[in-house]
Amino acid sequence: MINIEIDGKHIESESGSTIIQAAHSAGIAIPHFCYHKKLSIAANCRMCLVQVEKAPKPLPACATPVSEGMKVFTVSEQAVKAQKGVMEFLLINHPLDCPICDQGGECQLQDLAVGYGGVASRYAEAKRVVTHKDIGPLVSAEEMSRCINCTRCVRFGQEIAGVMELGQAFRGEHAEIMSFVSSTVDSELSGNMIDLCPVGALTSKPFRYSARAWELSRRRSISPHDSLGSNLAVQVKGNQVMRVLPVENEAINECWLSDRDRFSYTALNVPERLTKPMIKQGGKWQEVEWQTALEYISHGLRDIAKRGGAEQIGALATPNSTLEEMYLLQKLLRGLGSNNVDFRLRQSDFSADGKQAGAPWLGMAVADINQADRFLLVGSFLRKDHPLLASRIRQAVKRGAQANVLHSTDDDLLMAVANKSIVAPSAMVSVLAQILQALATEKKARLDGAVQALVQAGSPSAEAVAIAKNLAGGQHPAILLGNFAQQHPQAAQLQLLAQHIAALCNAKFGFMGEAANSLGGHLAQAVPFAGGKAGMNATAMLAAPRKAYLLLNVEAELDTHNPQQALAAMYAADMVVAMSAYKHFASDYADVMLPIAPFTETSGTFVNTEGRVQSFNGTVKPLGEARPAWKVLRVLGNMLNVEGFDHDSSEAVRDEALGGMDVSSKLNNTLGGTEVRGLGTEQAPAHHSAPGPQSSALSGLQRVADVPIYSSDAMVRRAPPLQATHDALPPSAAMHGDELAKLGLKPGDMVKASQGEGSVRLSVVLDNRLPRGVVRVAAGHALTAKMGAMFGTISVERA
Amino acid sequence: MLSQPIQEKLDRELKKYPVDQKQSAVMSALRFVQDEKGWIAPEDMADVAAYLGMAQMAVYEVASFYHMYNLKPMGKHTLTVCTNLPCQLSGAADTVAHLKTRLGIGLGEVTADGKFGLREGECMGACVDAPMFTVNNRKLCGRLTAEKIDQILAELSTEQGAKP
Repeated sequence: MINIEIDGKHIESESGSTIIQAAHSAGIAIPHFCYHKKLSIAANCRMCLVQVEKAPKPLPACATPVSEGMKVFTVSEQAVKAQKGVMEFLLINHPLDCPICDQGGECQLQDLAVGYGGVASRYAEAKRVVTHKDIGPLVSAEEMSRCINCTRCVRFGQEIAGVMELGQAFRGEHAEIMSFVSSTVDSELSGNMIDLCPVGALTSKPFRYSARAWELSRRRSISPHDSLGSNLAVQVKGNQVMRVLPVENEAINECWLSDRDRFSYTALNVPERLTKPMIKQGGKWQEVEWQTALEYISHGLRDIAKRGGAEQIGALATPNSTLEEMYLLQKLLRGLGSNNVDFRLRQSDFSADGKQAGAPWLGMAVADINQADRFLLVGSFLRKDHPLLASRIRQAVKRGAQANVLHSTDDDLLMAVANKSIVAPSAMVSVLAQILQALATEKKARLDGAVQALVQAGSPSAEAVAIAKNLAGGQHPAILLGNFAQQHPQAAQLQLLAQHIAALCNAKFGFMGEAANSLGGHLAQAVPFAGGKAGMNATAMLAAPRKAYLLLNVEAELDTHNPQQALAAMYAADMVVAMSAYKHFASDYADVMLPIAPFTETSGTFVNTEGRVQSFNGTVKPLGEARPAWKVLRVLGNMLNVEGFDHDSSEAVRDEALGGMDVSSKLNNTLGGTEVRGLGTEQAPAHHSAPGPQSSALSGLQRVADVPIYSSDAMVRRAPPLQATHDALPPSAAMHGDELAKLGLKPGDMVKASQGEGSVRLSVVLDNRLPRGVVRVAAGHALTAKMGAMFGTISVERA
Repeated sequence: MLSQPIQEKLDRELKKYPVDQKQSAVMSALRFVQDEKGWIAPEDMADVAAYLGMAQMAVYEVASFYHMYNLKPMGKHTLTVCTNLPCQLSGAADTVAHLKTRLGIGLGEVTADGKFGLREGECMGACVDAPMFTVNNRKLCGRLTAEKIDQILAELSTEQGAKP
């Protein structure tokens, strides 16, 4: 520790820290623009000039390291003179257009100009003009004359987002921030540049000119999309959500927000919102009162239970539903006598059900990711599925950690990857087993009998050995299974292998949860194996159609592992109740549509992937006659005379669901060792056609299905600005050049991609980073909703 | 794709730098492109970025920072006239005016036949010879008078004619 003095105040500061850091930690404000605690030091705005004893001239506080006995004066005559001088220069070219600037009222330059600016400018010449730019549908760069060239946005791209999309071109007075040849900014974290911009140069395109900062009330909430559980400030004006900003939480989202979390609010008031309960009568949809709709449902459910047994009822929820909603849904079902409830809609391997010691979680705290020094990322579209976890891993890699990747696609992670093995989905188990085998050799350990069966004879591939050696060389390795690994038809085998690899190299091992409440769903017992007799899982109850389905937020053709199967089951059912915030394709197969509230209009709880229970309140009143789903389910429970549906608040539901539970004791990724022995392909559920580890047994191409970032749930699918981004381009059929050559195709051609009974027309994309024998066709999109399972064989022919 | 000769020159250049710091060669790469084409198109910058593993924007930053890189076609012979103070005091304004009249173009423009481009430059560090211009950033021509400029232009024109 170093002793310094700032403005006469004695401060202890860490060696190597800068004056501005020491001052901030002591609560002393120093004016600044280019400095940001999460970004590198640029020291180009000069606003933080301070006087330092014995220094001949003012020094920039952001770039001056503290030294023992240093005396700093931040408000001395010399310091203030320097700061005022800098401000005068900054204002020379800055337009005086605060009244029409979207940043007005929350502008750092405006605020500091009040303190340090002159009453009038001495500069009488022409101000410089910087042309406006179009950098995409999210970030507006329409008033670049306001830019003070602090380069925060540039450094954010380089350092946090991992890709330098904005840069400072030209120099001196002509320097301007721009993208390369008017290309768009496509980073999934781009919205943070809006927060970082200290002036009104980069502003939010969807929010522009819709409200002033002082008109908005700020309400805290939790992101309903990815499993990180980012903390949100929902800003509201007149019962309407106007925008969403991050709330700083160093343990979760730091001060960032992914674009999905930031801009999904634009889907809250779209015309497709369902605002009245509707019943289909004689093939025609009619708006009805809540009472009528709920009576119709309870009557129908009772009738079906009486005639066919309660097992004829199935309930499906998306993992974006709240803990309370999922808890009441399963309670309702179990009260009726059915255990057919599930939220793992895109999962296809349920063989680990009941064999896992606890609920699947990250296996570590989110903040622990920064400490890991080796990563093995198994089956993850990391950047798109977990934008901010990806950023954390990127930061760790920058500090010297090494990342290893096992996946079926080789998308650029925008970080250095030490070793990678990019193989077809069917080979993933085999490669992971080879890594285990190589690691055992490296560690001179004997393999457990449970996984011996999965390790094939022969020596492991060079890639597997390299990954194993890399992991063995780490002090704090982390093995993370992504969405693709969880949706994989051999997910349990991947899990078991990862568990053994983790044990051998003393790694932490866990799942990066698929969605906001993937962990909460387990805690809410919204899984078929949670209560007494095991019910049917998500796939089973679609493979063997039920007579009645309760759908919570679910769009059957977009949110499930096998849309063909899901739709067939919906059409075959006698009654489908679609609880959704939106009018969607359920109008074709459902009998009742109930308008429920999205996360901004209900209170609830999400449990993030590290096991953090985060409750939130509603921020606005529900639109139209929409109601919070937990209330709908409670009333439905009452109507069906199910015991214990007398909660008067979502907190009461949460407290019952968690029942004073110590959540951390419920988290455990360990698969019972011997029980899964010999869990081979022959025991895998029969519904999927994915082949076993032997890739030679294949005919046709294997599908690799990602869920694009802006197709992940009902809300983002309807957010117009997100849908206008590069990431939301319609799905294509991407293949390796060798496969294209075999089929005589060239990029841009149209093909007919067929799977099961369905086929769709897609344009061909060349991706030589894909393994041979696969075709990448995204799921979760209307264009590919006629396809079958996310894993499986697919045939491609010229259309 | 960068042309074969450029790639060869660039590979030689890259040997000067650590393997993980290929971007150190960006200025050389841009120079090679300009030597070959006379200017650097955005596509060339993208090629350089791909070759050196840099962000395209980072290449653009460098290319736009240094005024000796031509971001648009500047003719076969680019004449860059120094207009900084010592040259101005020695008659750089007359040099520019004479060139403008002789070539019939303004600063930053190219003659219709694509032979000559005219641009303004910064101090060339040889003020003793002021006023001066460079030809294609390589040949320094100083102590300019109207006659000397005419002579240089005539030489450059015939050189152009001599070589296909």
